Amino acid sequence: MTNLEPPVQQPGHHAPGGTDDESSIEIKDIAGLSQGQIVRKRFFRHRGALIAMFALLFIIVLAFTSVGPQFGSFKPGGWWPFTWNVAGAIENGGRPTLTVFPLSFGNHPFGQDQVGRDIFAVVMRGTQQSLMIMVIVGSIATIIGTVVGAVSGFYRGITDAVLMRFTDIIITIPVIVIGAVLGRRFGFAGAPVLALILGLVLWTGLARLVRGEFLTLREREFVDAARVAGARDARIIFRHILPNAIGVIIVNSTLLMAAAILIETGLSFLGYGVQAPDTSLGKIISENQAAFSTRPWLFWWPGLFIIAIALCINFIGDGLRDAFDPRQKRMPTGGALAKAKRAGQPVAGSQKAGDK
Amino acid sequence: MATFVIRRLIASIFILLAATYLMYILTALSGDPLEDLRTSTAPNKAQLIESRTRLLNLDVPPFLRYFIWLAGVGKCFIGQCDLGVTVQNQPVTILLAQAAGSTLQLVTIASLVAIILGITVGITTALRQYSGYDYGVTFISFLFFSLPIFWVAVLLKQYIAIGFNDFLADPKIEYWIIPIIAVVSGLIWMSIIPRKGLQKLLTFGIAAVATAGILFYLDLSDWFSTPHIGIVGIIISSIAVAFGVTVISTGLKRRRALYAALTVAGVGIAIYYPFLYGFSLSLEAWSLALLALVTIGVSFAIGWFWGGADRLPVARTAAITGFLVAGLIALDRFMFVWNQYANSGRIKGRPIATVGSATPGLEGSLWVHGVDLFTHLLLPTIALILISFASYTRYSRASLLEVMNQDYIRTARAKGLTERTVVVRHAFRNALIPIATIVAFDIGGIIGGAVITERVFGFVGMGQLFQNGLDHVDPNPVMAFFLVTGGLAILFNLLADLVYAGLDPRIRVS
Repeated sequence: MTNLEPPVQQPGHHAPGGTDDESSIEIKDIAGLSQGQIVRKRFFRHRGALIAMFALLFIIVLAFTSVGPQFGSFKPGGWWPFTWNVAGAIENGGRPTLTVFPLSFGNHPFGQDQVGRDIFAVVMRGTQQSLMIMVIVGSIATIIGTVVGAVSGFYRGITDAVLMRFTDIIITIPVIVIGAVLGRRFGFAGAPVLALILGLVLWTGLARLVRGEFLTLREREFVDAARVAGARDARIIFRHILPNAIGVIIVNSTLLMAAAILIETGLSFLGYGVQAPDTSLGKIISENQAAFSTRPWLFWWPGLFIIAIALCINFIGDGLRDAFDPRQKRMPTGGALAKAKRAGQPVAGSQKAGDK
Repeated sequence: MATFVIRRLIASIFILLAATYLMYILTALSGDPLEDLRTSTAPNKAQLIESRTRLLNLDVPPFLRYFIWLAGVGKCFIGQCDLGVTVQNQPVTILLAQAAGSTLQLVTIASLVAIILGITVGITTALRQYSGYDYGVTFISFLFFSLPIFWVAVLLKQYIAIGFNDFLADPKIEYWIIPIIAVVSGLIWMSIIPRKGLQKLLTFGIAAVATAGILFYLDLSDWFSTPHIGIVGIIISSIAVAFGVTVISTGLKRRRALYAALTVAGVGIAIYYPFLYGFSLSLEAWSLALLALVTIGVSFAIGWFWGGADRLPVARTAAITGFLVAGLIALDRFMFVWNQYANSGRIKGRPIATVGSATPGLEGSLWVHGVDLFTHLLLPTIALILISFASYTRYSRASLLEVMNQDYIRTARAKGLTERTVVVRHAFRNALIPIATIVAFDIGGIIGGAVITERVFGFVGMGQLFQNGLDHVDPNPVMAFFLVTGGLAILFNLLADLVYAGLDPRIRVS
């Protein structure tokens, strides 16, 4: 047998019998890898998450290059000929010019609204806003949630009691309600401010989870060892315990971002989110829901983009959860199982195992 | 346990007080309550501003105004609730009483349906892990997670309500649709039922043919304009229910349980006609509820009578069967008035409503009003349950999988217990513990979602109260809304803790 594999992986060295095929595949898979490499390897194996990641990257690039971002007076513009706030002449009755057979985009692939604004440009601007809000909300809520949870789980006692009762107070108010109240006050200040405010509300669930992690982790030996070595509390929290809780934090901040998208669009729909003249995906739907029977494309495209973004993030979150879960066991495919069988019993039964 | 409950109760009251304070301040500071008057051109502007200031105590800063409001709420304990007045000088207490009914009805029904559906689907996917059904449900639940509720609501209005009403005008299924539905249903059943090879094909064939047959029958008998179950349908489905409940509840080996369930089904069939044409005509809502209780009691007694040595499981089986069979008969009774309802002067042949929570001025019996409730709640309920359904499915699947990998499940199997006993008695009950807490925590989220759903469907409920209050920077209606939602959220959190402590012996509460 001539092969290019390194000698360690030569078949035939396994104990015959093959009862622990699954675990041996698993162990062989991760031998000699660092934690980060294992996580990356597992994540890339999750096909749904991988596809979702590329789809999300595509959406991000598309949204930010097509009409160009805008921060205050900084407006670089993009490759798309239209912008979201300038009305043009209505072509084709405003209907979408996108056709799949044969594939052609036309001037206004997603159509135009009543006053002639290009819906592709509007939707791209809305997508930009939603993505930006998602990232800001995600980072702020993750930072606050992690710090509150970490401090409360590490110090326990009165600190824990105070911080957790405060968390309870915030968690009692439904997110959409407190979001609406704050959005009414701060929505006019623009999307970044709205995102900041939402981030200040959404950290509670993460704080509870991180606290739970810290309560278990602080009893472990490596924390004692660090303390004996003279490490300060801050160093123990951030250098020793936090890396061990990073899985929970990353997974939940991803899911938080998916929730943030839906909350922002919901608030904009109710009229407490992003305000005119700027736009957001929820606002487009809210403005056009009455026109559904006459101009359905005003309604379909923003909705589809909301779903696409939220779905991608949820899938990525699922992939990360699988990747970080140490108890996660891959269900070996029929082929891998057969290969392991052949490796264990090179002479007999390899054909049969292959059939299975 | 008592000290634990009391301690939690006191803590909850303080949390609710703090949350209402926070909410009051935020609402009061969210804008200028006099904005519309300041920009008005009325000649008596100053007087209007002054009268509103006096009405809403606007001269008191919000930090103190809260306590005026709190004093009014405190009067609830002596039976004179005073939640303040709105900008239009309407008492909020009365508005809340009108609004809370329809919202709570919607939220309760949506939660119940979501819990039942979600847990059922979650459990079945866990039992069929890595099957096509499992992957399909996983994908669908991810999709549901990512759906914006208002977007779905508008689509539902367009396609389910308007489309279905159009269909009802001439209820004929197109002939090319029947084979498509039949193939889809065959594929679904094939992926749910674990069979291999030829038997798998057979499952597909039987399911597809049965679906096509039922659709043809419904089409030919003009079922959609005069829906009914009928005596034949009741007989078949009652017997099926009796067998099904027995299989899950005690197993078919307990003959006495099967006989008890069949007896209950027989009683149900026997009272079908007397109920349909006799005493159902003069029922009120409360007597219907009473009747449901009597049904459960009688069925329980029948089971007890059949019971033999170990009566309780048999009686339980009979009681569940009795409840379900009675439900079927009641459903048929509701269908009985469908035609009358759909063609009445108020409805004019377009039964599925897109707006509002009831048809104003509709006259008729309890059954007609029941159908009216159904047609109005159908769409908002679907919109509301999609999201909670997705999370309940995921959680119950994960929870059951976790339990099924425990050592005590292996022990139970090694003892030679049947799969039914292992799954239903050992695994399912333990899997319910974490689900119970998650469901309780979720209630607040469902009510939050109801604000958006109510807006789309034009419900006159608490969501509208909240929005109107917020638009006028008027804390009183907003606080009335929050008093109900926040109170419920805290109550359910408390219940979750108690349920957890009660169900899980590993939790100690001393």
